[in-house]
This record gives sequence, structure tokens and C-alpha cells, in this order.
Amino acid sequence: MNLKNLGQIADSDRNSETPLFSEYVQVGWPSPADDYIEKSIDLHQLLIKAPAATYLVRANGDSMLNAGINNGAILIVDRSLEPKHSDIVIASIDGAYACKRLQLTPKVGLLSENIKYPPIFLKNGEELDIMGVVTAAINKF
Amino acid sequence: MFALVDCNSFYASCERIFRPDLKTKPVVVLSNNDGCVVALTKEAKNLGIKMCDPWFKIEKTFKQKGGIAFSSNYELYGDISSRIMSILEELAPKVEIYSIDEAFLDLTGIAHCMDLEEFGRACQKQIMQYTGMPVRVGIGPTKTLAKVASYGAKRYPATRGVLDVTESCKRTKLMKLMPVNEIWGVGRRLNKRLLSQRVSTAFDLSQMDTGQIRKQFSIMLVNTIRELRGETCIPLDNAPTPKKQIVVSRTFGKRVTELDFLEEAVSDYAARAGEKLRKEGKACKVISVFIRTNPFRKQDIQHREIRSTSLLYPTNDTRDLIKSAKFLLKDLYRKDFNYNKAGIMLSNFFDETVYQLDLFKKKDRNTQDFKMMSLVDQINQSNLGPVSFLAQGIKKEWSMKRELQSPRYTTNLQDILAVN
Repeated sequence: MNLKNLGQIADSDRNSETPLFSEYVQVGWPSPADDYIEKSIDLHQLLIKAPAATYLVRANGDSMLNAGINNGAILIVDRSLEPKHSDIVIASIDGAYACKRLQLTPKVGLLSENIKYPPIFLKNGEELDIMGVVTAAINKF
Repeated sequence: MFALVDCNSFYASCERIFRPDLKTKPVVVLSNNDGCVVALTKEAKNLGIKMCDPWFKIEKTFKQKGGIAFSSNYELYGDISSRIMSILEELAPKVEIYSIDEAFLDLTGIAHCMDLEEFGRACQKQIMQYTGMPVRVGIGPTKTLAKVASYGAKRYPATRGVLDVTESCKRTKLMKLMPVNEIWGVGRRLNKRLLSQRVSTAFDLSQMDTGQIRKQFSIMLVNTIRELRGETCIPLDNAPTPKKQIVVSRTFGKRVTELDFLEEAVSDYAARAGEKLRKEGKACKVISVFIRTNPFRKQDIQHREIRSTSLLYPTNDTRDLIKSAKFLLKDLYRKDFNYNKAGIMLSNFFDETVYQLDLFKKKDRNTQDFKMMSLVDQINQSNLGPVSFLAQGIKKEWSMKRELQSPRYTTNLQDILAVN
């Protein structure tokens, strides 16, 4: 097990929950910004529409590079959405999930976004298993 | 009207969600320390595997036949369960979470605007789409009859997992085929007594004279009979009952004889129990510790004992809990026994904000302690953790084996599914 010294525990009068703007700091005029304080931006709200159906998946490799998905990106996968033609999906044909662009017409297949990788088309008797639709990718630089 | 939504071999189905290659393979999930089978898919059942089969006995042939086994992955199962429950809470006006993989729904109101079987199929479809979990839905005028319907949905593939027994002719037919021990609330002992009175099916039981039953059995069984006849006696319980005790116990990964290891283990369980206690916003006044040897090792001399202590003041500070647990353990421990399980139980709860003030404890220290424990909890809930007390041990050589565990796909960023 790795142990890490996290330093001293904060003393009692430092409270991390103190808001940046609050009434008691003012001695003279109330802050003109008081009326404009908003909730902070919530990335959850931006990225996750159906929490019970949303999963995180890591993309390995460069097969979706042209769709803006870098090696190591974290994908937001929403299972509540009905997969449509040309959606980016997490799907499997041969028993392992992969991230691909879904093609429904003229024939059903999974396309990569990198010319290095040929498209995969559904053969007779094969089943396409779609886990969910990728709604966003988080690329860290 | 009630529905029972019940997941099909829940643990084993969870293991399939992120593994499409397991879709048609036999899958089993093993209990703590990979002891015995606690969940299995129908493909595994077809290989002759049964619940509670010891893993060491079946391992070789099961693997030869292409079966896959997993250690219990409670982090994954807990997360999938809470997703399913929140989906149900959006679909139905009232939900009672009955266990990790079952929930009762109150369908009052829905019956007026929608065909109930159709509603059941919609639940089934949405849960499958959102989580990949196959469920069955039993529908009936009482909770006991919803359970009867769920039994029918499991037993008969033609139902495709949804059965509504609102029509009395339908349920009479089913109840005549249903053994009495499959009824909700009829245990093994009760089953024996009923069989001796020639009550062998659910239908037989529903025809019994309730006056007679009350005399010979219990009011509980009378309620079951009335529920089987379509009369609601057991209401939906949708407020979770506040916890009255917290138990943390584990089987060790190996036999333990040294006091040091036992101390580490109970301190570790005490820390976990303290975390749960603080999450409930409670403090406890009574602490119990138990240890036991392995009852299945007939060659060992057995020892099992529990001891409790009452504290002067309620606490939820892990340091107090560890101290008391170690004190109790010293009392219990006997040399040269092969212990294989220990546990801690907290009881006699008080609200953490209203318990009596300690006259001899400075108030400052109280609030500081409180802050420190909540900081520890915050760190452990974040990615920065874990922080723990040294008493909990570092190597934890006694800790349980989960050698075949799958990744914690939904609760740990390091473990999320990787795709190409």
C-alpha cells in the first residue's frame, strides 16, 4: 500500500465552505455584485442528461481521432438514447466493445474515424450489440 | 394494485453488462473469500451447478466447460441497483426497495390510464436499455400476489418475464401449480407443518379457514392467506426504516491465531462501521465485538463468543470505536485458536447533534473531533484517499480473498471500461 502524507489537518476557523462573496465582509456599501451571484457552473449538468443511464468509458488508441476522440479520452455514454445513423456509439460485433461511428444505411456497419482502420460490416447471422450513444469526449491535454 | 420488479440472477447479470462476450456463457458469482456460488446464470444451472455449491468442488469441471467465475463485486452491484431503483422511482408513484435486486411498486392510479401488463413491459424495456439488466415483473392486487405473479413470470418462459394476475381465474390456475414453500413468508419449517396438513400448493393455503390458522399458526400466516385472496394486508413501506444497528463482519482470507491480526481486523471493521454511523448522522452507545473459529473445520477446537460494552457517552468518533473494540477483543481472545471471522456491531443510537454533552470534555475538542472525522470521510469519498488509522493495519494480511473480481466499472475512474 502506498502511504502519502497529506500535511496538517486544517485548523478549526478555516472553513472551506465559506463563499467568496458574503455579507459579513462588508463594512461600508454592500457589494454591487451581490445581486449577481449565481450558482457555479456544473459540468455534470452539462454532460449528463440521464444519470441512471450514463456510464464513463475510456477510449484507447487513435481509431476515432478525426471525430475528436484522442487516445485516453473519457467518453460519456448515454444508454437512454436510441442509436441513430451516424451516431458515435459503443458497440460490439465480436464480443468486445469498441467506439465507432454507426452506419445503418445502405448497410449496417461500424466505421472508424481514421483511414488506418477499415470499416466493419455486419455479416449474416452476426448480431450488433449497442451499449449506448457517445454524447461527449473529455480529452485531457 | 402492486408490482414486484425482480432482477434475473442479479449479481451474475451485473457481470455481463460490460462483457458482451459473456452473453451466452455460463457465469457464476462467488461469496466472500471465493467460498461458494451465490449467483448463477441459467447456462450455469444447465451445467448442473447449484446455489451454495463450494467453489473448490466445481472449479475444475466448470472451467473446462467454458464457465466464468467472479468474486463478489459489491461496488458494481450496489451502483447498478441504485440506478435501477432510481429508474423505477421515475416510472411509478411509490416504490419500496425490498432488497438489492427487488422492489415493490404501488400501481394505484396507473391502472386507470394504462394496461398493467403493458406497464410491466415498459419497465422491463427501460431497465434493460438503461442498465442492461434483465428483470421480471409480477403484477397483482396485493404484494403477496405480485410475488406469486413474479414466480409465474420466472417459471413460464411464455410470459416473457411479465405476468399480471389481476384476473382471479388466471391466479387460481397459477396458484394450483405453485408449491406452498414458494409463497412469500412461508419458510422451511412452516412448509413442513403445512405439508403435514395436506396443504401443498398456494391454492390449498388460500382455501384454509383463517380462524383455524390463527389458532394453530400465527396472525402473519392469516395475513398471507387474506393477501392470496386479494385483500391487502401488507401495505407498501416506502419510508426506509432508520437503522437500529450497524454490523460489519468479514471472513478472513486465511486462518488467524495472533492477537495482532485480530486487532487490526476489528479496528478496520470499527472504522468502516464508524463511517456508516456518521453517514446516518448518528452516534452509538453500545459496541459489541465477536470472533469465531471455522465451524466447518471439524478438526479444530471451536470458539465463538460475543462481548458488548456500553459507553459513558454516545460517540461516532472512529478513535473511540477502535479503542473500545480492541478492549473487548482482548477480553474475548484466546490463544491457539484458528479464528476465521470477526465482526463489530454498533447499537443504541442517538442523534449525533442532540446527545448529552460531556461535562468533562471541553466543547472545543468536541467540535474539532467532529470536524476531523468528517474530513477523514470526505477524503475517503474522494479520489485522494484512503486515509486510515494505523490500528487498521497496512498489509491487512487477514483480509478476504477476492481474486476473481471484475473491475469496478461504474464507481472507480481507474476501473472504467476501456474500448478501442
